[in-house]
Amino acid sequence: MTQYVLRRLVFMIPVVILVTVIVFTLLHLTPGDPVRIIAGEEPDPAAMDAVRHELGLDQPLPIQYVAWMSRAVTGDFGRSIRTHQPVLEAIGERVPATLELGLTAIALSIVVALVVGTLSAVRHNSPLDLIATGITLAGVSLPNFFLGLVLILVFGLVFRIAHPGGYVPFGEDPLDNLGRLVLPAITLATASIAANMRQIRSSLLDVFGQDYMRTARAKGLSETRVIVRHALKNGLIPAVTIIGLQVGAVIEGAFITETVFLWPGVGKLAIDSINGRDYPVVQAIVLFSALSFMASTLLVDLLYAWLDPRISYRTAA
Amino acid sequence: MTTQAQAVVPTDAARRARGWLTWENARRNPRILIGGGLVLFLVAVAIFAPLLAPYDPIAVNGAVSLEPPSGSHPFGTDDVGRDVLSRVIFGSRVSLSVGLIAVGIGAVIGISLGMAAGYVGGVFDLVSMRLIDALLAFPALLLAIAITAALGPDLRNAMIAIGIVAIPGFTRLSRGQVLATRNREYIEAARTIGCSDVRIVARHIFPNITNPLIVQATLAIAGAMLAEAALSFLGLGAQPPTPTWGADVYYSQRYLSNLKWWMSIGPGIGIFLAVFSFNFFGDALRDALDPRLRRSR
Repeated sequence: MTQYVLRRLVFMIPVVILVTVIVFTLLHLTPGDPVRIIAGEEPDPAAMDAVRHELGLDQPLPIQYVAWMSRAVTGDFGRSIRTHQPVLEAIGERVPATLELGLTAIALSIVVALVVGTLSAVRHNSPLDLIATGITLAGVSLPNFFLGLVLILVFGLVFRIAHPGGYVPFGEDPLDNLGRLVLPAITLATASIAANMRQIRSSLLDVFGQDYMRTARAKGLSETRVIVRHALKNGLIPAVTIIGLQVGAVIEGAFITETVFLWPGVGKLAIDSINGRDYPVVQAIVLFSALSFMASTLLVDLLYAWLDPRISYRTAA
Repeated sequence: MTTQAQAVVPTDAARRARGWLTWENARRNPRILIGGGLVLFLVAVAIFAPLLAPYDPIAVNGAVSLEPPSGSHPFGTDDVGRDVLSRVIFGSRVSLSVGLIAVGIGAVIGISLGMAAGYVGGVFDLVSMRLIDALLAFPALLLAIAITAALGPDLRNAMIAIGIVAIPGFTRLSRGQVLATRNREYIEAARTIGCSDVRIVARHIFPNITNPLIVQATLAIAGAMLAEAALSFLGLGAQPPTPTWGADVYYSQRYLSNLKWWMSIGPGIGIFLAVFSFNFFGDALRDALDPRLRRSR
């Protein structure tokens, strides 16, 4: 196992480097000139050159990349062009809100998908199963910004039973904070619920056909015990992968959901920064998102290898 | 020599025909018919938009601004009196063209790269797969947002961005299929009679892996249309006054608190129906054409 973990980590190194190159290159393709924004409305060419030199933007790209990387590994991502705040600090302030929303959505998605997916597999082809499968297909086809908007409209504005948006820190008013969390969390969770439910249902159906299920029933175990101890335990192993992939869906979904609900997280900061041409902030957020997605994918793979002894990571290493 | 090589092809073609969409297959599988019908309907709406739309989608008419749905404006009008239904109908053009072109870009690059990597192997395979891993390290929509933001917000760049994001799916799939096919006897036979590598890949391997690729492409179009809607919603897609569903939903937000719901519902339903059609069709095709893939999603 240690060897497998090490091998995976070593394989990740070139990918991480490529990711940083992509992030760096992308933001330097941008047509808008950040110097013009810093220099203000009436740019004086000499002043612009000075700013450009100060930011190192007059250097060749590979040198800029090395300079950027060597600062980045020490946590220095420069300062926001709009607010002059250090980038890491600006992002750090937004992390708690995003984590609150993202973790709630992931938890919600797993719980709902597990319950409905299991029921749907157990009652295969029942009306419940058909409805659940139909909703699943609808869920993956529904853009989350539209879902969010409909939820705001129905529950926030027409029936007025939920907050239509905004954010209050948990420390200030816990109840208000949670009340405002409901709609964005449902919005963010929906696509993941659909994907997770589909996976759980199909891997359970797969397990139901196995011989050991028949054995368990033949032994006279109760149906609940058969499903919980025998089917779920084996059927959820492949589901781990797809649930892990949902971390990516939640990260990208947060960009939109936070924008729709005016939730002041990292995603909203990213969109505001894109609109404000605030490169350093965008660059760092894209990089962090990719790194956290990679980390979660790695974690899921390791978890999978650990859960399923049939995977021969020993021989592969 | 060439004639002998061609003698192998009919077998491949026959094999393909059996798994492929024949009328017989479709009739036995109503989901393909329904899904195909939905997709055709969508394409027809996009092509015949000027004939179907009751009004000019960008014509401003202050006399009828913010009217709720009625007989003359079934989906209502927006704040400057544009007919929402007409904008929804014309919006299908942007959505569908982004879906098709972006997936076209992704498929051509992705399939060529994947087949080359699978067939050539070695260092080329290793390097190109690390590149694909790096693309996959980004959450897909985030990468599309970043690329569009970098290239500048317009329709063409949105297509490029979504196309790039679609590459890894095609690369991985075609590489895997090539690896599974390349040591089969008929490939060896083709090589023995002196077929070139290019010919083997193009005439003997490719026809055998088209089914999963068609499924992948159909589902990728759904994903691309969803991504286009998201980019437009964020202001990174086609620019006003072009009618696009995503941008229209974004624009409608400012009238939401006045409960002018019809401005949002029309374009939202447009996105949903379009994406749903391709997802439904893709699912049906997958179940019919490639039972092995049924559980992979």
